[in-house]
Amino acid sequence: MKILLAYSLSGFASYLHRLLSGFIPDAFWLMVTEMVITGVCLLVFLILLAFFLGYMERKVAAFMEIRFGPNRVGPKGTLQIVADTVKLLFKEGLTPDLSDKFLFNLAPGIIVISAMLAVAPIAFAKGFQIWDINIGVLYISSVSSIAVIGILMAGWSSSNKYSIIGAMRAGAQIVSYELSVGLSLISIVVLSGSLSLNDIVESQANGWWILKGHIPVLISFVIFVVASTAEINRAPFDLVEADQELTGGFNTEYGGMKFAMFLMSEYINLFVVSAVAATLFLGGWMPFHIGNFTAFNHIMDYIPSSIWFFGKTLFIIFIIMQFRWTFPRLRIDQLLNLEWKYLLPISMINVLLVTLMAIMGWHF
Amino acid sequence: MKLLGEDIVTETGEFIINMGPQHPSTHGVLHLKIWLDGETIKKIEPHLGYIHRSIEKMSEKMSYRQFIYLTSRMDYLSAHMNNQACALVVEKALQVEVPERAKAIRILLAELSRIGSHLLWFASVGLDLGGVTPFFYAFREREAINSLMEENCGARLTQNFHVPGGILEDVNPDFQKRVKEVIKQLKDNFHEYDEILTGNVIFQNRLKGVGYLSKEDAISLGCSGPTARASGVVCDIRKSNPYDGYEKLEFDEVVLTGGDSWARYQVRMAEMLQSIKIIEQMIDNMPEGDIVAKTKNVIKLPKGEFYQRVETARGELGVYIVSEGAATPYRCKYRSPNFANLSAIPIAAKGGKIGDLIAIMATVDLIIPDIDR
Repeated sequence: MKILLAYSLSGFASYLHRLLSGFIPDAFWLMVTEMVITGVCLLVFLILLAFFLGYMERKVAAFMEIRFGPNRVGPKGTLQIVADTVKLLFKEGLTPDLSDKFLFNLAPGIIVISAMLAVAPIAFAKGFQIWDINIGVLYISSVSSIAVIGILMAGWSSSNKYSIIGAMRAGAQIVSYELSVGLSLISIVVLSGSLSLNDIVESQANGWWILKGHIPVLISFVIFVVASTAEINRAPFDLVEADQELTGGFNTEYGGMKFAMFLMSEYINLFVVSAVAATLFLGGWMPFHIGNFTAFNHIMDYIPSSIWFFGKTLFIIFIIMQFRWTFPRLRIDQLLNLEWKYLLPISMINVLLVTLMAIMGWHF
Repeated sequence: MKLLGEDIVTETGEFIINMGPQHPSTHGVLHLKIWLDGETIKKIEPHLGYIHRSIEKMSEKMSYRQFIYLTSRMDYLSAHMNNQACALVVEKALQVEVPERAKAIRILLAELSRIGSHLLWFASVGLDLGGVTPFFYAFREREAINSLMEENCGARLTQNFHVPGGILEDVNPDFQKRVKEVIKQLKDNFHEYDEILTGNVIFQNRLKGVGYLSKEDAISLGCSGPTARASGVVCDIRKSNPYDGYEKLEFDEVVLTGGDSWARYQVRMAEMLQSIKIIEQMIDNMPEGDIVAKTKNVIKLPKGEFYQRVETARGELGVYIVSEGAATPYRCKYRSPNFANLSAIPIAAKGGKIGDLIAIMATVDLIIPDIDR
C-alpha cells in the first residue's frame, strides 16, 4: 500500500541523479544534462499525447456524426494519425515567394514552444512534476499568451489577405479572453492562498474546490472552460482559422511540417488548459476525498494519482471536443460581446464573491 | 501595407478581398469582390462566367428530345424539375395531354428531389456556419432519397427521367413501398435537425436580423423561390400557375415576412414538410395507365414562341423557346432562379460582417452552374 500511495517517479529520478553525478562531477553540467533528458522525455510525451488527442478527436467527431472514423490503418485505426504525420513530414516545406521568410518560418516554432513551456509546472501525479515553481499559475498564464505573437507573426508574414484578417481577429480574441481566464484563475488562487500548483492541489486534500467552493467556484469553472476554449482558438471560437470564412485564416499558407506544428500546438494547448482546469478546480492528482470520511478517503487513495489526473483532464478534453462538434461558430462581434458584456463583468463580481468567501471562511 | 507590390488598401481606406472563385463557402466558382472596412462589408461585386458552358446555345443544335437533358447540369440539385420545365414547354407547344400516371410520378419525384435539395442546403448551412455535425445527419436522409432515385431512374443526381409527353419508363413495382420508407425515415429524424441546429442559440444569433431583404427589393430584383417568400413575396408557381396537376393537391405556400436569413431558413425547413405532405397525398392513389403520350419520332414545334415556368427548389425556372418550325429550337432562353437570387446578395450583405456574408450565401442557397449556364 505504501508503494501504491507513493506512486511516483521520484525514486527513479533520485536514482538517475546519483548515477549521473558519478559521471559528471560538475554541478552545473549535471543540471544541464538532467534538463536535456527531461526535455527529450517531455517532447516524446507531448508528441504521443498529440497523436492520442488527434485520434480521440476523430473518434469523438465520428461517433457524434453517425460514422466510424478512422478504422483502416492499424488496429481500430490507431495508426491513422501516425500515417498522416508521416505524410506531412514528407511534404515539401513550402515558403511563399512574397512572404517575410524569416518570420514565416519562425512563427510555428514560437507557437509550439509557447505551448510546450506551459506544460512544465503541471503536476502529473503525486510527486511527479517537472518544475515545482512557486508562481506556477502566473507562469502558465503568461507563457501561454506568447502564442498570440506567433499567430500574428504567421498571419502577417504570409502575404495573404485572409491570413491578415485571421491574425487581426486573433489579436482581438485572445487578448480579450485572457482577462476572463486570469480572473477565474485568481478565484482559486484567492481560496488556496498560493500560486504554486502543488500547494493548490494539496489544499484540495479534503475535497475539490469545485465541491467546496459553492456556486461562485462553479461559475468560475464554467467561465474558465469557455474562455480558455476561446483562448486556444477551438470551435465554436475558431474565428482565427474559420475555414468557411477565411479559408484557414492565419495558417492558410502553411503546409507540411510547419502546418503539423500548428496542429500539434493546438492539441498541446488543449491538454494544458484541461490540465490546469483539472488541477485548479477538480483537484489535479488528488483523489476524491470527502472531509473526514477517512475510510472512504483511504479506498480512494488506492487509485493511483496519475489515473486521477489524466482521468479528470481527459474528461474536460472530452467536453471541449463536444463543443467543437455541436456548436456553429460565433461571429466576431458576438464573440467580443460575449467576453466584454457577459464573461468579464460576471467574473469580476465572482472574484469579489470568492474573496469574501475566503475572508469569512464560508467554504468547506 | 504592400502585398504583391500593390497597396492593398484603397485611397478611401478600404481593404479589397476576392472571395472565390476558389473558396469553400461559395459552393462553386462564384467570385465575389468585396470592399471591407475592418470586418464590415462596404460593397460587393459578383463576377460571373467561370462555369459558363453555353447551354442555351447548345440547345439550339439539339432536337426537342435531346435538349431536355442539358438542363440537368444547370441547377443539378433540381435536375428533375429543370427537365420537367423543358418537357412541359414541348408538350405545351404540341398540345399533348400527358397521362395521369406520368403526371403523378413527375410530381412525386419532383417533390422528392425538392426535399433532397433542401436537405443538402440544410447540410451546407450548418457547415458554412462552422457546425460540421448537421451535415452528416442531413446526408443520411439525402442518401435514402438518392438511392430511391437510382433504383427508379438509374441515376442519383441527374435523373433525366422526362421525355416530351410523359416519362421515360415506369417506376419499379415496389416504388410506393420504398417512398413510404424514405418519408417515414425523414419524418422520424426531422426532430434531430431542430435539436442540433434550429434550436441552437449561437445558430439563431448568426441568422436573426442578418441579411435583411425587403419585399420591394425582392420583387424589383426578381428574386423567387424560398428567398423571395421569406421576404413576404407570394410567388409559388405551383400555386399561381399550376402544372402537372399541382392544382388538385392540398399544400400551403410558406410565406414569411421576416426577410432575414432566419426567415429564409424557416421557409425552407417548412417547405420540406409541405413536400412530405404532397407526397403522402399522392403515394396511395397513383393512377394506373400509360406513362407516355404518343408523339412523333422527330418532334417539330409549330412556329411561334413558347414559355413555361416551374417552381424548382430555388425558385422560378422559366424556359422560353422560339421555334421556326424546325426540329431544333431557333432560340432557347432559360430564366434561372439563382441568377436573380444572386443579385440579392450585394444588397442583403451590405453593412454586415464577413461572417454574415457566409450566412447570407448559405441561406440564399445559390447553385453556381445555374447562374452561368
